[in-house]
Amino acid sequence: MSRDAEGAGLTEWSAGELADLVTRGEASPRAAADASLDRAAAAGAGRDGLNILLYEDRRDAHRQADAVAAGRDRGHAGPLAGVPVVVKDNIATTVLPTSCGSRILEGYVSPFDATAVRRLREAGAVIVAKSNMDEFAMGSSTENSAFGPARNPLAPSRVPGGSSGGSAAAVAAGIVRIALGSETGGSVRQPAAFCGVVGVKPTYGRVSRYGLVAFASSLDQIGVFGRTVDDAALGLRSIAGLDPLDPTSAPEPVAAYGDAARGSLAGVVIGRPREYFPPDLDPRIRDKCDAAIDELRSLGAEVRDVSLPHTGLAIQVYYILAPAEASSNLARFDGVRYGLRIEGDGLRGMYEATRSSGFGPEVTRRILLGTYVLSAGYYDAYYRKAQQVRALIARDFAAVFASGVHLLFTPTTPTPAFELGARSDPYEMYLSDIFTCTANLAGVPAMSIPIGRVDGMPVGGQLVASHFDERQMFAAAFALERRLGAGARQ
Amino acid sequence: MVVGLEVHVQLATATKIFCRCSTDFGAPPNSNTCPVCLALPGALLTLNEHAVDLAIRTALALGCRVQTTSIFARKNYFYPDLPKGYQISQFDKPLAVDGCVQIGARPDGSPINVRITRVHMEEDAGKSIHDRFAGVTAVDLNRAGVPLVEIVSEPDLRGAEEADAYLRTLKQILEYVAVSDVSMEKGSLRVDANISARAVGETRLGTKTEVKNMNSFSGVVRALEVEFARQCAVLDAGGRIEQQTMLWDANADEVRPARSKEGSHDYRYFPDPDLPPLILPLERIDRIERELPELPAARRARFQAEYPALTAYDIDVLTAGPGLGAYFEQVARPSGDPKTAANWVMGDVLAALKATGQAIEHFSVRPADLAQLLQMVRDGVVSHTAAKQVFAAMVKTGDPPSQIAEREGLLKVTDDSALIAWIDDVFAEHAAEAQRFAGGERRLQGVLVGHVMKKSKGAADPKRVNQLLSDRIGT
Amino acid sequence: MAVTLDDVRHIASLARLGLDVERAQSLVAELNTILEHMEALSRVDTGGIEPVAGIGAAGVPLHLDAGPPIPMARERETFAPSMRDGFFLVPRLSTHEDPEAAS
Repeated sequence: MSRDAEGAGLTEWSAGELADLVTRGEASPRAAADASLDRAAAAGAGRDGLNILLYEDRRDAHRQADAVAAGRDRGHAGPLAGVPVVVKDNIATTVLPTSCGSRILEGYVSPFDATAVRRLREAGAVIVAKSNMDEFAMGSSTENSAFGPARNPLAPSRVPGGSSGGSAAAVAAGIVRIALGSETGGSVRQPAAFCGVVGVKPTYGRVSRYGLVAFASSLDQIGVFGRTVDDAALGLRSIAGLDPLDPTSAPEPVAAYGDAARGSLAGVVIGRPREYFPPDLDPRIRDKCDAAIDELRSLGAEVRDVSLPHTGLAIQVYYILAPAEASSNLARFDGVRYGLRIEGDGLRGMYEATRSSGFGPEVTRRILLGTYVLSAGYYDAYYRKAQQVRALIARDFAAVFASGVHLLFTPTTPTPAFELGARSDPYEMYLSDIFTCTANLAGVPAMSIPIGRVDGMPVGGQLVASHFDERQMFAAAFALERRLGAGARQ
Repeated sequence: MVVGLEVHVQLATATKIFCRCSTDFGAPPNSNTCPVCLALPGALLTLNEHAVDLAIRTALALGCRVQTTSIFARKNYFYPDLPKGYQISQFDKPLAVDGCVQIGARPDGSPINVRITRVHMEEDAGKSIHDRFAGVTAVDLNRAGVPLVEIVSEPDLRGAEEADAYLRTLKQILEYVAVSDVSMEKGSLRVDANISARAVGETRLGTKTEVKNMNSFSGVVRALEVEFARQCAVLDAGGRIEQQTMLWDANADEVRPARSKEGSHDYRYFPDPDLPPLILPLERIDRIERELPELPAARRARFQAEYPALTAYDIDVLTAGPGLGAYFEQVARPSGDPKTAANWVMGDVLAALKATGQAIEHFSVRPADLAQLLQMVRDGVVSHTAAKQVFAAMVKTGDPPSQIAEREGLLKVTDDSALIAWIDDVFAEHAAEAQRFAGGERRLQGVLVGHVMKKSKGAADPKRVNQLLSDRIGT
Repeated sequence: MAVTLDDVRHIASLARLGLDVERAQSLVAELNTILEHMEALSRVDTGGIEPVAGIGAAGVPLHLDAGPPIPMARERETFAPSMRDGFFLVPRLSTHEDPEAAS
């Protein structure tokens, strides 16, 4: 597809390049929005096709685009001027619905924008669609959506990953260069790996959670997908930073991640944690990872073997803490003030009918699990214990980073994208998060970049940095991306 | 009877504890709501700093130790006026612990102390109104998110009277530190009681029941009496007390078990992951402690020491509320006569406040002016009777007493010619009495003096009038 | 610690999730399988470790006791399932039904 400043070609420019064109008056925001939505239609992104986008509104996209153009004409153009963006269905937007992939919020339109959405708008971005997701972000394949599973644009019989499968797929399908997703246990990095795009989970507290429908509050973060590292960097920069509306957001200053691109990684120490390269790791994935590590070495980085000894407990910890917090966070969905309401026998009947109709099986399972581990008699054995082991997992990372290591490199997922319906056992599905959920538990930033293909499907390599050191992470990602070249991407 | 009380107090902040919606009373239903207190998907909370300060102030006023780190926890349950499906409160690490309040003294003079187990912060729920519309419950979330402190006492109260004394003491202290308008009628003070019974001499605690739904201090007293009687009846019959919640029904004068669905409540408390721990620098706590106003017990003790002329009763009345005591002192000091000042404040000032509906803080008579009036009486510039009239005019106009006395001609007249002129007038108007007096009925002197005082509108110097009258009949 | 059908019914009740008999029964097996995996945690030595609570060593930020309140782009009526005269309506509770908690 050719790159030109009009029509379909607009989807080929990087986010930064497109913003430049728009700022200089050489491209029209409306045309860019149209190109994006046309591309979505052509790719079959809607319900009848890949089902990666749930809600679109071309007229609203035009309204936003025209406002950007008007601002630009008055001399105000932000760093994402005219750039079309897709937002995951669990992030509040005031025009398109926010249904979290669930019947219980079907048709709900939020009366406020999430802070991250507001910041995107202030940067000039145009929100063109809300993307499909596992219901309430609970899942690793986007098969748990109440509105039907999403499919991987690279291989429609396979999953795009989850829970932010729709956003990852939107970037992979060339609909947008930047999309927002959310992370709790790997829900941005894993689909990024499955779809062959870049996916970033920032440090916990780096991006405001105000407007992100809560799943597990101590783990949730809004994450960014990018077609390239540069796209992701620009996206993250636009939304990161302290938000007075989110008491868990951090005051740490936000660096210009796009400027982190460096030629050499001399002086950078990269750890290869042995727990993430277990003997039963798919040898093809191991090979891709080791090849990527070789590239990092050739760029000047020193590579060390390290250990994160409590890694093997991460799934258990995660699947106690996340459902526990979720069981409480989802109590507000009761049919009283918004969302689905189904009458039953009295008030209690209404609660039960509404929640049993409104929530799907995975959500129900996790609410029950979460309620159980918090309940009297089990709190100490499960919840409290899990929080203690979580502290040990966080210490593992702290210890490694304190020993002179700057970054970790691991596979993002143990397998490439699997077939729809292949993982029927819930616990087996949970194991997809095995390499990603540790970063959520420790709160450290992590990102996945494409490092090659296995069986024709993309695989991702994961970089993990210490708290608030996204800059270091991006520097290595830029360098590796350039080295691996276009062959690593789709 | 062994009683512990849990008292919830609404803090007098302008906005809610976790959002900036107004706490104004009486607004149209659900008009003071926002994404946070409506618990819309994606909403988060931020903590109101004034609520924190008022909570710290409350804790310090009750003698508690304020913890530098405390944690907010979620109390999970479903109710239509609880929008999040959980209430944010404090569980394991509350704001403050280990306080103590003296509620009275025993006949031997030893203090009756009630220990305060803890003071913690939490949010109020909204209101569910069951009888406004047929067949449905109407929910108003204006109150959801109003900041509360919960004050939990140890089961140190013995008897319903002590419970009453405790509540009055608590209310008084909280009024003094101005954290709330602590009114059970307005709902800014709510009481739940835990009560058990045990044999005299027994040291272990009996099984307790919780009693709720009392709407006044007298309701608390009565409810405790009724529940105690019920427990005693059960125990006397050889039964055991079931640990349960009882609801007080004031109309029926009885307690009834609350209809509970699954038996126990499992609130599944856990630390709220949306709110980092509340870390209070010592300087903040110290500053609030320094800025605490004088508390009732301290003021009572000080008045006793500084104003020995006052009786215990005087002191009780003058320290009932913080404003009256402050006013009293501002009169007593310049006037130099605390006892007289006390009499005026307890008598005339209180009566005037009642009649005009003013609050002492906005009373039309400035304390310095009242002090001046008292001085004028003492110096003989106006008579006592005249002073009452001057005071009445001060209440109406707010003008200083010297001005009023001059204007109204109430300055004490000692000039004999004026006095004689009035006496002559009185003798003329009350000829019969005058004649009898002149004829030797001495006891009519008082009456005649009274007439002269009236004629002179209180300005006449009664002592001199008496002398002149005596002279007239030659004694 | 094995989960029983009664346990599932009890926690479903706490969570206000109406479960039919079939679903409740299958959940017993599902939850037990998941919880079995969790047993590994009980073997970890966590003596003296403080459980992670509320991230943020700097403590919770405080806001000024003043408005304006957070604005909303549309009225409550637009998303409320049932409202009248400004009140949210729900099926009627009998007044002495224990609200499971506070006064």
